Parts: sequence; C-alpha cells; structure tokens
Amino acid sequence: MSMLTLKQSRRLQTVLIGGLAWLVALAIFFPIFWMILTSFKTEIDAFATPPQLFFTPTLENYVHIDARSDYFHFAWNSVVISFGSTLAGMLLAVPAAYSMAFFETKRTKSTLLWMLSTKMLPPVGVLVPIYLLFKDAGLLDTKTGLVIIYTLINLPIMVWMVYTYFKEIPKDILEAARLDGATPAQEIVRVLLPIGKGGLASTVLLSLILCWNEAFWSLNLTASSAAPLTAMVASYSSPEGLFWAKLSAVSTLACAPILIFGWLSQKQLVRGLSFGAVK
Amino acid sequence: MNKQLIPTLIASAVALASLPAAAATTVTIGTVNNGDMIRMQELAGEFERSHPDIKLDWVVLEENVLRQRLTTDIATSGGQFDVMTIGLYETGIWGKRGWLTPLENLPADYDVEDIFPSVRDGLSVDGKLYALPFYAESSMTYYRKDLFEQAGLTMPQQPTWEEMRDFAKALHKPDQEQYGICLRGKAGWGENMALVTTVANAFGARWFDEGWKPEFNGDAWNEAIAFYVDLLGNYGPPGASSNGFNENLALFNSGKCAMWVDATVAGSFVTDASQSKVTEQVGFALAPKQVTEKGAGWLWSWALAIPASSDAKEAAESFVTWATSKGYSQLVAEKSGIAAIPPGTRLSTYANEAYMAAAPFAQTTLESLEKADPNDATLKPAPYTGIQLAQIPEFQSIATQVGKLVSGALAGQMSVDQALKSAQSITEREMKRARYY
Repeated sequence: MSMLTLKQSRRLQTVLIGGLAWLVALAIFFPIFWMILTSFKTEIDAFATPPQLFFTPTLENYVHIDARSDYFHFAWNSVVISFGSTLAGMLLAVPAAYSMAFFETKRTKSTLLWMLSTKMLPPVGVLVPIYLLFKDAGLLDTKTGLVIIYTLINLPIMVWMVYTYFKEIPKDILEAARLDGATPAQEIVRVLLPIGKGGLASTVLLSLILCWNEAFWSLNLTASSAAPLTAMVASYSSPEGLFWAKLSAVSTLACAPILIFGWLSQKQLVRGLSFGAVK
Repeated sequence: MNKQLIPTLIASAVALASLPAAAATTVTIGTVNNGDMIRMQELAGEFERSHPDIKLDWVVLEENVLRQRLTTDIATSGGQFDVMTIGLYETGIWGKRGWLTPLENLPADYDVEDIFPSVRDGLSVDGKLYALPFYAESSMTYYRKDLFEQAGLTMPQQPTWEEMRDFAKALHKPDQEQYGICLRGKAGWGENMALVTTVANAFGARWFDEGWKPEFNGDAWNEAIAFYVDLLGNYGPPGASSNGFNENLALFNSGKCAMWVDATVAGSFVTDASQSKVTEQVGFALAPKQVTEKGAGWLWSWALAIPASSDAKEAAESFVTWATSKGYSQLVAEKSGIAAIPPGTRLSTYANEAYMAAAPFAQTTLESLEKADPNDATLKPAPYTGIQLAQIPEFQSIATQVGKLVSGALAGQMSVDQALKSAQSITEREMKRARYY
C-alpha cells in the first residue's frame, strides 16, 4: 500500500466534494422530479402505496387541465404582475440603496432595519384593511393592484440586496465620476449600474421568483380577471375526491416558465450571488 | 387617406368590442373543486346559451381557501362575487347578519317544496331561505359484503357502535393489509370533528348545555372519545390520526378497509369502477347509533347563495335556480349518466325509479337524510342548530382546537382525560370571551 500522492489526494477531494454537491442537488430536486413524475400518473397510481416509480404514463391530466382552465390567461397575468412589480421595485430600490450606501447618515442603519421589520408582520393581520383600501380604490381583481402590493412586499428585500452590492463599490469611483461633472442620475446609470450588473440581475431574478410564487395576496385580492398561476394551482386541490395527479400536472405547468427563465439566466444569478458573498 | 383610416378603424373596433360587453351581465361564481361542481362548470355552457345576456366567470378554490376568501369579501362588502358556494354552517351565520340575499318568490316551476325538509331547514334562518342546495350529504356506514359473508357476520340496517367494534375486531387482519375499520382522524372542524361529534351524539353527548356551557367534562363525552380512540387505535389502519376523507376513500377503494363510516356522497365514488376496486362488494347501512339514534348521521350541504353586496342579483338568481333545478338534474342524467345527479337535495330524485335502480347507495342515502334533523340532534336539548356542528361563528375556531386534541389522543400523545380537560377549558374560555356568559 502506498501513500496517496498530493495530486491523488487533491483528486479524491474533488470527487468527494463533487459527489456531495450532486447528492445535495438531487435531494433538493427530488420533490420537483416526483411532482413531474406524478403529473403523468392516473389518480389511482398517484395514490398507490408503496409509491410507484414505474407505471404507464398518461397525458390525461394535462388534457383535463387544458379543457377546464385557460392556462395562458393565468400565465399572462403572472408574467405581467411579476415583471411589472419587479420593474417598479427596482426603480425605487436603486435610488434608495444609492443614497443609503454612498451618503450614509446616522439614521441609515435604523432605517434599513425598520424597513426589514415590515416583513415580520404576518400578512393576514393586514388583510382586512388592505382589502377595504383596495375596494375603495377599485383595485380588487386588477393587475395594477397586485403590482402595487408585490412591489411594497418585496421592496425591503430589494433595497437590502442592492444596498449590500453597492456597499462593495469603492466610493472613489463615484467621486472620480463627479469630478468629471456627472450628475447623480448619470452616476447611477453610467457608473453604478454597469459595475453592479451581476448583483442587480440576481435581485431582479429573486424578485421575479418571489412574485411568481406569492400565493396569499394573489388568492385573496383577485377573483377571475387578474388571477395569476397560483390561483390556478389552488383551484385543483379538493377535500372531496382524488386530485394528486392533476394537482401535480398543474403545478408543473405553473413552475415551468419561471424554471426555464431561471435556467437561462443562471450565469447571471451565480455571478450575482458570489459577488455579494465576497466580503 | 391612411391618417383618417386608422382612427376610424380603432373607433369601430372599440365600438364593436364594447357592444357585447355592454349588453351582457357578468356573474362571478366562487366555488369549490369537488366533482359535482366541476360538472356544473362543464354544463354551464348550456345556461349561457339559453341566457345570452349573462356571462359566467368562475373562481374555483380549495374549500378552506375559498371559505377565507369569501368571508373577507362578504364581511367587507367587497362585491367581488355574485354567487358563492357556501356550506350549511356559513349560511345560517351569514343569513342572520344580513350578508345574504333572501331567496323569496322563487318561480313556481322551481318547486321549492321538493327540496328535502331537513336541508331546507338547515339553509333557512327564521323561516327565510338564504341559499339553494346544490348537493347535500349525511353520513353512513360502508362495509364489505364479501368479508362479512366469509366471516359469517350480518350487518344490521343500523348497527350500534359496540356492534361495529365487534365486527372490526373480527375482520382486522393487519398482516394482510386489511383493517377492521377506517374513520377520520385528521384534525379539523370539518374533518375528524364531523365524525367525532356524531359518535358523541350517539353516546348521548352534546357540545353545549342550554346555558352554552361546554360539556366535555361529562360522562357522555368521556365514553364517546374513549370508545373512538380504542376502536380506531386498535382496529384501524396505521397512522389513522392523519387520515381524512380522501385518505380513507383511497384506502377503502383499494380494498384495505372492512368498514368505513363517512359522507354519503362517497357512495358514488366507491361504486365507480374508474377509481374503486371494490365496486361490487360494497354494502350500505345507516350511520351507527348507541344510546340514541339522534344525531348519529351528520347533515351537510354545499349550497349556492347570493351575497347582499352583489351588483347582479337578478342574473345571479337565474343562475342559482337553474343549477339547483329539476331541469339541471335531467341535464346531468343525459350528459353524465343518471347516477351522477347531485345527491341529497330533491325528493323527486329519490322518487325516480331509474335513479334508485342505477344508484345502489341511493336508498340508504335517502333514509339517512330523512333521519338527519339539525334542530333535534342531541339526546338532551341543545341551544344550537346543527348535527356535527353548532351554527355559531365561534364554532369553527373552537372545534379546530378540540379536533387537534382528539387527534392527539388518538396518536397517543396524550390521554383521553387530558384531551377532554383541555377541550373543556379552551371552549369555556372562548365562549366567555364571546360573552355567552
């Protein structure tokens, strides 16, 4: 038996760490995999004990969903609401984070904490007041209403994220721009945004995902015309009757667009996340 | 030329698009995702064809989500819904508060007298009807005729709970994945507490005495819960404390339960070959009694109501009368087969020989519904309306908490005594807070 050479032990380490990463990734992916698998089962197969890995696949759940709900109506609402509120959120978060990161006052820290504290309130606690406000403003069951509420919900997190990324950028760069005669708006657009691109991209993506998955307000503030995909998913769960296969199929359809979008923008996301982590 | 053409085109397009919108009234319907409601959604095209001036918009949600959604809307007069699918429980409470439109002067051919009297009473407040029943259910006993025959047992027309225990003991073969009895164990006011309250009623218990004091410290509740925990714990499937209606349905349909006491609507599921392996072997009996028959089977109805805040009341009324009419039953019979008629609402359905012949569970469903009386459901008099529930706003929260305690006792996390003691103090506190005394 010979000792492992340095090179061999490095290789072994890589393989072990790689294996571990795969294991964690598979464990995280398994529920999604099982959901997709179940969506091709019949209702009886979906309920079978022990759970079946091999079965005759069927498309009947998708056919049923296509016949019963207008998928594109719900998906379009999801797209408009998520992108609309992300855009509105960024328009507010970037200037806010800019002022807090580069023109810090003694109240900046407590302002940041106070913003975050709004996330600690359980949403159902303000459901009735918000419902009444929306009713009087005519915003119930409108996409505008949901864009407003999502922007407000996600704003604290967006400001925090953008603030963290901006904090990493040396003030000297901005000073240099100012010496060259840049206005604050030019500073943000010409200097900050290009440098902070990775961080901003991951903030955008996170906001999109949070909006896409939000289910409390979207169920409670919409009826039929502005209902997004979460409302469509909720319509397939039932206390009387078997529904797992159909629910899996509709959930697969609901996460497909954002999953594909996330996959395509994965490079930006990874860069943004690691960018923020280096301190 | 072109410069004038475009605005003209736009203007005419707008005019065209707004024409039907101005003429049609939109009726927004909030409903649950149950089989009968999905069928209603499919058949609603017929309604829109015969009422071209009415457009239907559907909001389908899971039961508990829908309940929360509708409660928010109706309590704030949000006006988002013109038709609400609500249960017997909400109808009484909301009707009393003036949140629903009373359904008077219904057309003569609607024949309101044809609706089961018990269901009509359950949906009325002070003699005024506040919702029209879409379907209604009681509870009954499902059992496997083949297993009973093999063991030389006979199921009486209405067994007692003690007889049920003897049957369960004889038929419990866990090594063959055959369990003596399946019952609800999952916590929830509409899950385990529906069944547990009917067991308690049969043992002579009631939720509240005439002074609205809870009675969990009495002997009747103690006997009932001890019996239920012993029966389901010893002769039920493993993990029974997390089984609700759906889980038990799946177990029964796959042939693992010798007996099951649950909603009468399950009759059409257990006899449906596309989801059940035991279609031919199922027998039906009334829900078990014990010291009394009163309140042994529950009463629930999903009904269609029109909120007072609706701005399309007339159109909504023509839809709810259509969806609960005799004509709708006929339409279902033509399109989906006669056994698929929404059960439990109309006496004429059960006078129809073709239906009685096609639906083997219909006779027992009929008898169960005839026995269910929400105004006389307990051995000793009670101040509330409802069999497996009390029609007061506080009940939902109280019964959810008590349901968790009963489920905990079943799972062995606490003793029956402990569970009932906590149930008593929780209920007393909530009732005191709500100023009943």
